[in-house]
Amino acid sequence: MDRRTVLKWGAAVGAAMMCMTSGAQAQDTIKIGEMNSYKIFAAFLEPYKKGWELAVEEINASGGVLGKKLEIVSRDDNGNPGDAVRVAEELLSREKVAFLIGTFPSHVGLAVSSFAKEKKILFIAAEPLTDKIVWDQGNKYTFRLRASTYMQTAMLVPDAVKLKKKRWAIVYPNYEYGQAATAAFKKLMKEQQPDIEFVVEQAPPLGKIEAGAVVDAIAAAKPDAIFSSLFGPDLAKFVREGNTRDLFKGVEVFNLLAGEPEYLDPLKDETPEGWYVTGYPWDQIDTPEHKKFREAYMKKFNDYPRLGSIVGYSTVLSAAEAIKKAGSLDTEKLVAAMSGLQHMTPMGMITYRPQDHQSTMGAYVGKTTLKNGRGTMKDWYYADGAKFLPSDADIAKMRPAD
Amino acid sequence: MTVLTVKGLHKSFGGVKAVQDVHFSVAAGELLALIGPNGAGKSTCFNMLNGQLRPDAGEVTLLGTPLVGLAPRQIWRLGVGRTFQITATFNSMTVRENVQMALLSYHNRLMSLWRPANRLYRDEAMALLERVGMVDQSERACGILAYGDLKRVELAIALANNPKLLLMDEPTAGMAPSERIGLMDLTARLARQDNIAVLFTEHDMDVVFAQADRIIVLDRGRLIAEGSPEEVRQNEQVQAVYLGSGAVFAEAH
Amino acid sequence: MSLSNIVIQFLNGLAGASSLFLVAAGLSIIFGVSRIVNFAHGSLYMLGIYIAYSLIEFFGRSSILGFWGGVLLAALIVGLIGVVIEMVILRRIYRAPELFQLLATFALVLVIKDVALYIWGAEDLLGPRAPGLRGAVQVFGRRLPEYDLLLIVIGPVVLGLLWLLMSRTRWGTLVRAATQDREMVGALGVNQTFLFTSVFFLGAFLAGLGGALQVPREPAQLMLDLTVISDAFVVVVVGGMGSIGGAFLAALLIAQAKAFCIGIGDVVVFGTTLSFTKFTLVVEFVIMAIVLVVRPWGLLGKPQAAQRGSTMVEPPLHPLGKTFWSVVLGLVILLAVAPLGGDDYLLVLLVDIAIFTLFAGTLHFLMGPAGMVSFGHAAYFGLGCYGAALVFLKLKLPMELAIFAGPLAAGLGALIFGWFCVRLSGVYLAMLTLAFAQIAWSVVFQWDEFTGGSNGLIGLWPSDWLKDRTVLYFVILAFCVGGMAFIWRVVHAPFGYVLRAGRDSPLRADAIGIDVRRFQWFGFAIAGALAGLSGALFAFSKGSISPETLAVSRSVDGLVMVLLGGVQTLTGPVAGAAVFTWLQDEIARNTEYWRAILGITILVIVLAFPQGIAGFVKQMMTRKGLLKEVAA
Repeated sequence: MDRRTVLKWGAAVGAAMMCMTSGAQAQDTIKIGEMNSYKIFAAFLEPYKKGWELAVEEINASGGVLGKKLEIVSRDDNGNPGDAVRVAEELLSREKVAFLIGTFPSHVGLAVSSFAKEKKILFIAAEPLTDKIVWDQGNKYTFRLRASTYMQTAMLVPDAVKLKKKRWAIVYPNYEYGQAATAAFKKLMKEQQPDIEFVVEQAPPLGKIEAGAVVDAIAAAKPDAIFSSLFGPDLAKFVREGNTRDLFKGVEVFNLLAGEPEYLDPLKDETPEGWYVTGYPWDQIDTPEHKKFREAYMKKFNDYPRLGSIVGYSTVLSAAEAIKKAGSLDTEKLVAAMSGLQHMTPMGMITYRPQDHQSTMGAYVGKTTLKNGRGTMKDWYYADGAKFLPSDADIAKMRPAD
Repeated sequence: MTVLTVKGLHKSFGGVKAVQDVHFSVAAGELLALIGPNGAGKSTCFNMLNGQLRPDAGEVTLLGTPLVGLAPRQIWRLGVGRTFQITATFNSMTVRENVQMALLSYHNRLMSLWRPANRLYRDEAMALLERVGMVDQSERACGILAYGDLKRVELAIALANNPKLLLMDEPTAGMAPSERIGLMDLTARLARQDNIAVLFTEHDMDVVFAQADRIIVLDRGRLIAEGSPEEVRQNEQVQAVYLGSGAVFAEAH
Repeated sequence: MSLSNIVIQFLNGLAGASSLFLVAAGLSIIFGVSRIVNFAHGSLYMLGIYIAYSLIEFFGRSSILGFWGGVLLAALIVGLIGVVIEMVILRRIYRAPELFQLLATFALVLVIKDVALYIWGAEDLLGPRAPGLRGAVQVFGRRLPEYDLLLIVIGPVVLGLLWLLMSRTRWGTLVRAATQDREMVGALGVNQTFLFTSVFFLGAFLAGLGGALQVPREPAQLMLDLTVISDAFVVVVVGGMGSIGGAFLAALLIAQAKAFCIGIGDVVVFGTTLSFTKFTLVVEFVIMAIVLVVRPWGLLGKPQAAQRGSTMVEPPLHPLGKTFWSVVLGLVILLAVAPLGGDDYLLVLLVDIAIFTLFAGTLHFLMGPAGMVSFGHAAYFGLGCYGAALVFLKLKLPMELAIFAGPLAAGLGALIFGWFCVRLSGVYLAMLTLAFAQIAWSVVFQWDEFTGGSNGLIGLWPSDWLKDRTVLYFVILAFCVGGMAFIWRVVHAPFGYVLRAGRDSPLRADAIGIDVRRFQWFGFAIAGALAGLSGALFAFSKGSISPETLAVSRSVDGLVMVLLGGVQTLTGPVAGAAVFTWLQDEIARNTEYWRAILGITILVIVLAFPQGIAGFVKQMMTRKGLLKEVAA
């Protein structure tokens, strides 16, 4: 170990010994409760946290909201609904927060949305991808920022249809996100390409893929194309085994989320060439709003933004805009303000749709490529979320009345 | 009156014949010692009587009731008390509670979820402890008791179901020589008082010849002698089996 | 499947088996000798892969010497970390009650995870391919990575080396002897301290090696510890604890089963599609359950030698006298006035504590008086959650009735699972409970239409009259206090005594006419039903449930609470649940590296009070004459 590592070890022990307590709160602040599974999904949520920290700093530097400073009270929900609801109770009753934002895994997001409905509190779900949170199980008090599983799947479908591949293999992590992505993909593809065949389906357990065996099983089915919703370590293992075993030669691959730096960066020189992905080519987006965000972020943290950074940043922006628009912290007014709320994010303008409380935040669709030993995206474009949603009639059928 | 009758008992392990064609019986109030050199088949024989092993052939009856095929707990219910070579008591319970357990089981009160067990059959338990001379230690945990005292507790437990037969496997094993005769004395007294048949195995020939009414001798799975202590002592086959330990026999006076 | 598919999946299975075997072998050796259920074994594996990654990066990605040097050095470093853990922590608590060491190793899991996060960061770290073995070889028209071929060889080689070590060296003889009978080896004058430390080194070294060898196959990441530990446990138990050959056989069986499930894929039977790939979620636990039901000591294991005097003998129970009930009454009064404080959150926290107390109380009932350790107690908590929730949501019964569906569902589940479990004992019993819990979990996790799948069920809010936090608080409190009082009565009733009798001496119990298994079975069902009650209360206090309610982590939380409070003290679960829940809440709120701090706190408690918190208090009170000592 080098000296830096030794120092880090020492500091780790030191930090472990130290107990920090939150300082006294000033009266002239507006408190918002934020909760997330920081320790469980650290890779995504560290940048996310930096993102919202930047937003709070910028908002307060420009005078705060309603003349008060914005304060985020953040808690770790330990990645499970039980703890999340307890933390939410604590934020409401002890910290007296105006409303709740955050959450990452879908089941936690749903639990908090149910809690928000019961307690009549506004909840802006930042990360959870599940379609249900705004559709089947949507409610009056819950809004969701990120493009959902359905939306991101739909964004890949046009390219998939264009290729006119007949034999498709599907691989997805065996839980709701993977299942929903698969179901959406199959449905949308069948609509536009009735002769499509799904020749093999692999559903490895999340985080425990036996990549070699899965790759061989897919290869045995001789597909023309693959649709995958793997991410994280599963994706890395799948890519490495697939590369070594030549699975991807002559086969088109579509992979949800794989273009997000959180999942693409670890692949380094293993990054596959030409996969269709949704993601975030942070270094290539030069719209003014993104440039401004990127520069501020890199200046503050000496690190580049990940997708989580944008989500964290935009969630707090939404919160602040909602308060401004409502002109009050009254829940009913806040909920009314959120409905149809429009504001700028580093990805562009977004709207929280009144019909289902889903924001129109999109995603960047493009192809993976290897550049200077690391993975990035090429031929990408911004897919506006508003264009990849079911019809209002379909939504009305799914979504329970308030 | 004959309490236990054993006829034609056989048991083999793999190809090894551990017990072959063993016959004997024990009468009420009688102390019958089962002896034999190591590997003679004493334990096997014993475990077939108490239900831990199933004989390949033969009959075991208790007052006419066949025991073969019954589990130890069923045999106990028919009135057979047991003590073990290495004492088996409930270490996390007091001496009194150990006896109470046996009483609770005897009276079929084990399923009760509500009444404190501690208060049930307390007097009966104390009476039994009185008989084995353990009253003054009744509130001590079995886990911290001296070994000799544990043997007495076992005896009290074994008496809890008003047994007709006591099976005692090496009752004095592990005890100080001075205590051994005392324990078997106590056993003999209780057995005669209550008219209980006692079958015991034993290594210590002092104990055997001092207390047994009758002795049976096993060697290589076969019964080679049966009779009063004096008859067994004179038996040439027995002496041959115990070659080299003749001295033990001589000292037994 | 075509022949080439079968061959290639078989080879994949072999490579997977080698990886599994390496971690499992170390765990098995450590358990065999020290009887420690080393929960931190997966963390050592994780450290192995992280350290190897760093060393390989440091030595240069493409140097063969750097790669293999890095792998071996990483394994050595992890071995030494194992030595430190043994010398600093575990050595001090060998004489604590059974399984107490598990608590210390659980704390280590928390600490190691946060230390790894601090040093290596949150991003997954995918290492380089092994220099010289980057490519693949052609097998039946398929490409098999060269590195997998190497792994296929490494597993048996390590097995052979371990066999040589165990059978040809004096040290190995001692290890084997200690595995059979630890006390005997001690009695023979062997330096046990050295033996234990060296065994820990070897076990940790193997875990580190297992991790380091995975660098070219998977990224180093922070979830590895828990994924790996459950796999390793399963392999060790299926093989037979302490049996290295058994571990190899089990690794082979499980890895092949997985590879072939993946290879078979979807099969249409009578019009319904069976997805074998989804079955990989739980296949190892199904295998474990089958093996344990058929062979109670694993494939090549032997019945465990009973431990003699190595753990603290439990003192007799005090009758629940006035002192006890007045303390309980005092506590209840204190809880009754809590709402006057005006702090709503305190009530929320107290509700959590009350529910977890009942949950831990039922687990304690099994572990303590009944002597049946359960690693899968969450199954009954979760069945209670889902039983109540489904009756509430699908049958639309009011919450007041739905609550009782919880204990009913859990009790039924416990009757079914328990029937098998009580046929085993010790760690095997514990692992069978885990297997059943995982099977139940995977059903709940995958049955979308009925249980809501991984998302769970939401909208479980109490009836209107219970919406007031204070009212809900009192109702839940009443259930929990009632449940605990019931357990305490049962423990002191003949039924509880019978369970303790069966635990203390099954031989004696049998000899006084007790059908131990039958009572254990009913005891299991009672504990399950009450755990289900705690689950039902949990569901309605949170408004939503997810499969986590029956996941391993919930079971582990229960174990931690029981051990923290003290297995041998009836009030242990109260202290354990209160301290653990409160600590977690408090520390998580105020610190970033809360897991490490929670872990360190638990370690301190473990070292200071090996009899648990409540056990310690009881001991102090006895010493001060406040409590009467039953045993003179």
